[in-house]
Amino acid sequence: MTTLTKPEGAPAPTGPDSFLSVRDLKVQFSTEDGLVKAVDGLSFDVERGKTLGIVGESGSGKSVTNLTILGLHNARTSTVDGEIVLDGKELVTATEKELEQLRGNKMAMIFQDPLTALSPYYTVGRQLSEPYMKHRGASKKEAKDRAVQMLEKVGIPQPKTRFDDYPHQFSGGMRQRAMIAMALMCDPDLLIADEPTTALDVTVQAQILDLLKDLQQEFGSAIIFITHDLGVISNMADDLLVMYAGRAVERGSVKEVLRTPKHPYTWGLLSSMPRLDGDIHQALDPIPGSPPSLLNPPSGCPFHPRCAFKDQVAGDLCSQERPPLAAGRAAACHLTAEQKQTIFIDKIQPRLR
Amino acid sequence: MSDNLTLPTQQGSTDTPSAEPLLKVEGLTKHFPIYGGFPIKRKVGAVQAVDGVDLTVGVGESVGLVGESGCGKSTTGRLITRLLEPTAGKITYSGQDITHASRRQLAPVRSEIQMIFQDPYSSLNPRQTVGTIIKSPMEVNGINPAGGREARVRELLELVGLNPEHYNRFPHEFSGGQRQRIGVARALALEPKLIVADEPVSALDVSIQAQVVNMLQKVQRELGIAFLFIAHDLAIVRHFSQRVAVMYLGKIVEVGDRESIYNGPRHPYTHALLSAVPEVEIAEEGPARERIRLSGDVPSPIHPPSGCRFRTRCWKAQDKCATEEPPLVQISGNRPGHLTACHFPEDPTTEPRDEDVILDPALRALEESATKE
Amino acid sequence: MFQFIIRRTVGAAVTLFLIGAVTFFLFVAAPSDYASLACGKDCSPTRLEEIRTALGLNLPLHTQFWDFMSGIVVGRDFPTGHCPAPCLGQSFYSGEFVWDTIMDRFPLTLSLTVGALIVFLFVGIGAGMLAAFKRGSMVDKVATGGSMVLSSFQIYFLGPIALTVLVYQTGWMEDPKYVPFTQDPLGWLVGLSIPMVVMATIFTAQYTRMARASMIEQLAEEHVRTARAKGMSQKYVFFRYAWRGSLIPIVTVLGIDISALLGGGVVTELTFSLQGIGRLAVNGAVTKDLPLTMGVMLFGAFFILILNILVDIAYAYIDPRVRLS
Repeated sequence: MTTLTKPEGAPAPTGPDSFLSVRDLKVQFSTEDGLVKAVDGLSFDVERGKTLGIVGESGSGKSVTNLTILGLHNARTSTVDGEIVLDGKELVTATEKELEQLRGNKMAMIFQDPLTALSPYYTVGRQLSEPYMKHRGASKKEAKDRAVQMLEKVGIPQPKTRFDDYPHQFSGGMRQRAMIAMALMCDPDLLIADEPTTALDVTVQAQILDLLKDLQQEFGSAIIFITHDLGVISNMADDLLVMYAGRAVERGSVKEVLRTPKHPYTWGLLSSMPRLDGDIHQALDPIPGSPPSLLNPPSGCPFHPRCAFKDQVAGDLCSQERPPLAAGRAAACHLTAEQKQTIFIDKIQPRLR
Repeated sequence: MSDNLTLPTQQGSTDTPSAEPLLKVEGLTKHFPIYGGFPIKRKVGAVQAVDGVDLTVGVGESVGLVGESGCGKSTTGRLITRLLEPTAGKITYSGQDITHASRRQLAPVRSEIQMIFQDPYSSLNPRQTVGTIIKSPMEVNGINPAGGREARVRELLELVGLNPEHYNRFPHEFSGGQRQRIGVARALALEPKLIVADEPVSALDVSIQAQVVNMLQKVQRELGIAFLFIAHDLAIVRHFSQRVAVMYLGKIVEVGDRESIYNGPRHPYTHALLSAVPEVEIAEEGPARERIRLSGDVPSPIHPPSGCRFRTRCWKAQDKCATEEPPLVQISGNRPGHLTACHFPEDPTTEPRDEDVILDPALRALEESATKE
Repeated sequence: MFQFIIRRTVGAAVTLFLIGAVTFFLFVAAPSDYASLACGKDCSPTRLEEIRTALGLNLPLHTQFWDFMSGIVVGRDFPTGHCPAPCLGQSFYSGEFVWDTIMDRFPLTLSLTVGALIVFLFVGIGAGMLAAFKRGSMVDKVATGGSMVLSSFQIYFLGPIALTVLVYQTGWMEDPKYVPFTQDPLGWLVGLSIPMVVMATIFTAQYTRMARASMIEQLAEEHVRTARAKGMSQKYVFFRYAWRGSLIPIVTVLGIDISALLGGGVVTELTFSLQGIGRLAVNGAVTKDLPLTMGVMLFGAFFILILNILVDIAYAYIDPRVRLS
């Protein structure tokens, strides 16, 4: 299990098992309309060889967080605060050269849409070889051998021939496989997968997800898996971080979060999803309203305007004070532990059966 | 969402479709020609987007159409609403053949068949107010509801869960989910009997999807409108539709009542599709499901495989599958109305198998080496 | 690819034929009698008839058209002598063969085009790329501001200023003149340097803006971000990944610009008192010299079509998706 010991907002030395440690991360963009707080005080840890799932809707800050870890956020328009420590190395203050040495090498990324994320101008083989030549000092021949081997590993038929093909000559599923092969070229310790199967069909998605899991077994990489799909994360992750409006609202192991969720937002997500084995006569229970604007986020708990349980909290606490995310298995909510348990058992759990 | 129903219901019972189907589609086919060649351009092939689809939708019934991209489900929807001209086949609506009906012949029917689109951003004119958008179908069709059009628009806004006072706002002032509601209100303006909804919620955030699904369900039940619900999300289709048709490469491979398709599927593709759906494990002892992992992607609809189109990715395929196209029939053991197009159907269960079906070579290699260790 | 070039060449030939036909019939349909124009004020009917015969105007229309078109391919005989292919006819006025007249003027137009092109391609695209690379920096601000001002200038504004300063007031340079490159390369450069630089300045400004915009757009592409995520250096990503895509809009405009320049720039030629294709075209139109006008038109159209094909070939070279479809 990942060590989740420090409350948010408190920068702390990284735990012994923690391989990537993010502390009180704040990412802000200046736009014409004002300052967007895309990530607002986020802390989490990833353990070596384990998968952390980050789930959230559009605008929750999940993608920005991960671009920031790689240092790929737009430095011209955004400011980053906080700490990102990868294997003892602080990344927020690292120079561009230092980051270049890490990217594609120690940490790699798989993007959502392989059609736009691979360059149309160069062959798949060349795009795979580049990072290997750069980081390993390999010759063209060595890089090609490695690339062909990786293409084969991810299930591209006739990898020697396909090495010289362009991305547009690949089908959607094959492209995402090539993308995974590219990310694994230098055997990274950390793999960030940003909605890697959202653009794919469901049968292909199932293939790719299983492939990623099996490859993780073999390569031993830690994975940060970003998605909006709770079903996907349920199958992929060891630990889970639920994000809302640039903040973490709940975290714990996947089993804990999905089986005994503690945050009203997580409850809402679970009750609004139809299930293949659910009761068809029971209407879905949607979360009212829409996600907040990050230009002008709600005061206090960002979820309070949409929360059905805020009247159970005394006073105006929900709209006035931001609930902290406590240590370990936790939810950032002003409801008491007993209240959460009662609501979950009485109102939420029956819907999920 | 408001529970006050402001519109009169048009149809009675919605759960049992009446004998005469509202919509009947037979052998519906759409081939998009491909031109090429030198020096004179000629037809060199065709994208067989839809190839002989038979389908019925009863009065007030909701039929789901599922399948992966390129299976022809959206094209089917567009053919039925006559946004596309069918290459072959017959579309009968309320007993009237509308396959090739001219604009004028189509006019009375057009208002009864409406479409809801996937993208709530591009399907609304950004320069028109919500009121104008919803009102315009009534103006075009010369409908003057009692109490005036504006009052009717306000009723519709309320019906789809929007504030009637937002009559004069522009689409950009609304969120994605609200825009989709505007699209639904526009479709309802003509009191349709059939709505073709093409991926109506797939562009929306998870927490918003349920809002729109509930609203559509309310509209469907209370107004007795029949739905052809096209989507790739199997769980949402199951939730919304009494009958479901599964499409693969332009053909319906299996169709039947919800229970049969989701719990007793016979076609291997339906099995694979259901097995691929990622489900949240909410309980330790949740019902286990079979694991099937196909290999590769869907073949090109330009050169679909001979015989059964699924055979190139099917673990049960034999020589017969390549030579003989399986007819869509009720195979023994199926309930009435549950039709399957397969020579070698699977058992009607989604329980785990003794051995997982893993066709993907990379996956098989990795898993074999993992078990050896 | 080969088939593509063949196909496009055949298409271009057909287009050229159609352009020829349209020009021809438009001119013939125009309400003026060329013979009486050529005949002058005190014209006798006999003289008029002679001129008609000489110009071939007494022949049926289709014969005139056929003579004209076939002349381009195989040459043609005139009373004054044989006009070798490609024969664009004979001027009503000077009696010279149109092709010879064009060839007489073309070296100047070509010189101006090439001279300006080299400057604005390298300086313009270079400055634009640099501005995009150093976005937001002083370099970017200077390049953006400078190109904004300069691109709003016109040749007839900058040209006279340059002439006044460099020639008339200081006497540092002579009036622009054309010396064939083969005769005296240095004289060629010096003689045309002022118009070349003035033309180049305005184009440079436009290309700087375009290259910058195009590059910035490419830098926002997802595949560029992927290349960065692989650890490739900023420079590498810039020149390998972003650069290629940014060329596509530049090549498109470049094709249009070059063909326009080769078709002759009247304003430039008038500003610097030079005799190029542009003036020829104007003269032909003003004097209703049908063969001359048609010849210049076709000559210009030829470049437009050729450049179109070249641009398409460039697309295929830049983007494999074009090449392989």
